[in-house]
Amino acid sequence: MAAEIVSWVSVALILVTATTILVSRDWRISLGALAVQYLAAFWLVTRHLPFAMGSVKLITGWMVVAILGMTRLSLTNIDQSEQDAFYPRGASFRVILMGIAAFVAVGATPRIEAVIPGLGLPVIAGGLLLIGAGVAHLGVTSDLLRVALGLLTMLSGFEILYAAVESAILVTGLLAGVNLGLGVLGAYLLTAGSIPLTSPEEEDLL
Amino acid sequence: MSAPFLWIVLPFIAGALILFLLSEKNSAYIGGAISIILALIALLIPIDTALLLGSVSIKISPAIQFFGRSFELSTADGPLLAVIYGLAALWFFGTEASSTAHRFVSLGLMIIALLTASIAVEPFLYAALILEMAAMLVVPLLIPLYQRPGRGVVRFIIYQTLAMPFILFSGWMLAGVEASPGDVSTIIQSGVMLSMGFAFLFAVFPLYNWIPQLMEETPPYATGFLLWALPTFTVIFALGFLDRYTWLRNTPQIADAILFSGVIMTATGGIFGALQRHLGRILGYAAIAEAGLLLLALGLRSFDLVNIVFLTLIPRGLELSVWALALSIIKRKAYPLKFSDVQGLARKYPVAVGALVIAHLSVAGFPLLAGFPSRLALWQELSVQSLAASFWVFLGLLGLLIAAVRTLAAFVMAGEDSKWEMNESWTQAAMLGVGVLGIFLLGIFPQVLQPFLSSLPALFEHLVQ
Repeated sequence: MAAEIVSWVSVALILVTATTILVSRDWRISLGALAVQYLAAFWLVTRHLPFAMGSVKLITGWMVVAILGMTRLSLTNIDQSEQDAFYPRGASFRVILMGIAAFVAVGATPRIEAVIPGLGLPVIAGGLLLIGAGVAHLGVTSDLLRVALGLLTMLSGFEILYAAVESAILVTGLLAGVNLGLGVLGAYLLTAGSIPLTSPEEEDLL
Repeated sequence: MSAPFLWIVLPFIAGALILFLLSEKNSAYIGGAISIILALIALLIPIDTALLLGSVSIKISPAIQFFGRSFELSTADGPLLAVIYGLAALWFFGTEASSTAHRFVSLGLMIIALLTASIAVEPFLYAALILEMAAMLVVPLLIPLYQRPGRGVVRFIIYQTLAMPFILFSGWMLAGVEASPGDVSTIIQSGVMLSMGFAFLFAVFPLYNWIPQLMEETPPYATGFLLWALPTFTVIFALGFLDRYTWLRNTPQIADAILFSGVIMTATGGIFGALQRHLGRILGYAAIAEAGLLLLALGLRSFDLVNIVFLTLIPRGLELSVWALALSIIKRKAYPLKFSDVQGLARKYPVAVGALVIAHLSVAGFPLLAGFPSRLALWQELSVQSLAASFWVFLGLLGLLIAAVRTLAAFVMAGEDSKWEMNESWTQAAMLGVGVLGIFLLGIFPQVLQPFLSSLPALFEHLVQ
């Protein structure tokens, strides 16, 4: 019973953190929310995976947060006005978007539980919420850090659901690799272009 | 020694070592040589068969265990590995001529190693994860540190990442379909999941918008490599699905869906290609049209399906490498590759321009060139199934032909007083010459591929029965 309550608290935490990531313009708050989100996801993953395998996902997630945070911290010359050109971009629009994702998750959860019994309602709800939030985030942003956050959110939702049906160590390892890879890739793309170098084509034309 | 160690671990480590230890000039030769050696070993030494060389017995064992799962390369994989590493060698040698050697060769070797792992991993649907890792490793190739990433590369990584969950879930659901084949709703759900996954991986219409964007934003040689490598292994992955699940290959609706997505890709790729004014975007649309042809081949209800797929795949690597190399040579003079930038370049870069046009014509299926035999075989089978589909494919290839003529017209649009000169280096001219020779050779004597084509169907034994 206590575990069930903690699972539902995790789902609530996921809803709050996913909304925060979607709405917040401050990268520090977004990354902080992502770190908390990984904690909630960790709890839901350990409903079906052993603690050690679940903790791999948590540690990987926090490493990704650290990589992105360190990279973003070192970049001082990012023009805020160029970061996101998507309209509408108001906070209310994003909250509504998250609301739609939450309603879809609420509607789909019992159906999925009926098709695949044993997954657990909080696990399905948490997974669907994260997938919905991730996809919504990818749909409204072209900013590199936010794209990375969207992909990581979507992926952790998928991992919660997939952990319930597949418990192979290789899959856990590869998924951790993919998460880390996305973090490093996000950091690389954030850094790319911020270093003033000249391309070979420009050198030839000079 | 085990086969996965030889063709996965070794090239991966070699790639890492090249990145940290070798200079730019040496990396092309060393990387190319490693690939050639691996291709020759795959061709000459059968896996899991003891060979006696004098008093020494050599045997390459087929599998290794990793985290409780196995990576396995069987005897039947030999010709495929030879083709893959042979074509990879061509790309790596070409880096010297395209001046992109250092990072390209090291990352390229690692990517090829990962993609080979995607063929070897058991259960095979874990390949989706490895394909995603390979896709992530491509990004540093596409975006150098001095360049701001554009929308194309962001879309590329989003679509590749979205593909993975769909395929992994569909794989899990397909196991359920096998257990209860009469459950129609599970069949539909798994079919939709699988289709979505492969739609993202293959960049099926309209999910291919990142390809032309990427060709505009990034170095053509690196993008050409991406457009060769990922679809090639995705096709092999898809063939694995069709071979593994009986209901997938026996459901006419699924075959039709694959066929018509191929028709749409070929037709739209060709038609949009004919309307472009940017050489990079034209290459992008041609690659889309060719990926469409591969899908078409996968959707054929024919026992020659595997033969036709590989007959299309092998020349594709050669065509794309020659085209991308020529484009990267021209780009150094005519940045950013619009028609207005390349006018008259045929007199200044005759070898690169000639190679580019020949590779383009080959992709369009021009007779006597490498692409022609596969198009002929494809049409022969397709015309029996659907004349309407054949017409649309013809339209797509006609679009590519028009694009080739427009490109040629832009290149030769020089003033009468401009002189002929050759600005390519000897290495560049030699690499392009060898590539063009290969395109003619495969077009005039397609039977040189027969040793490979006769043994490759053994990989997918259910598809050829």
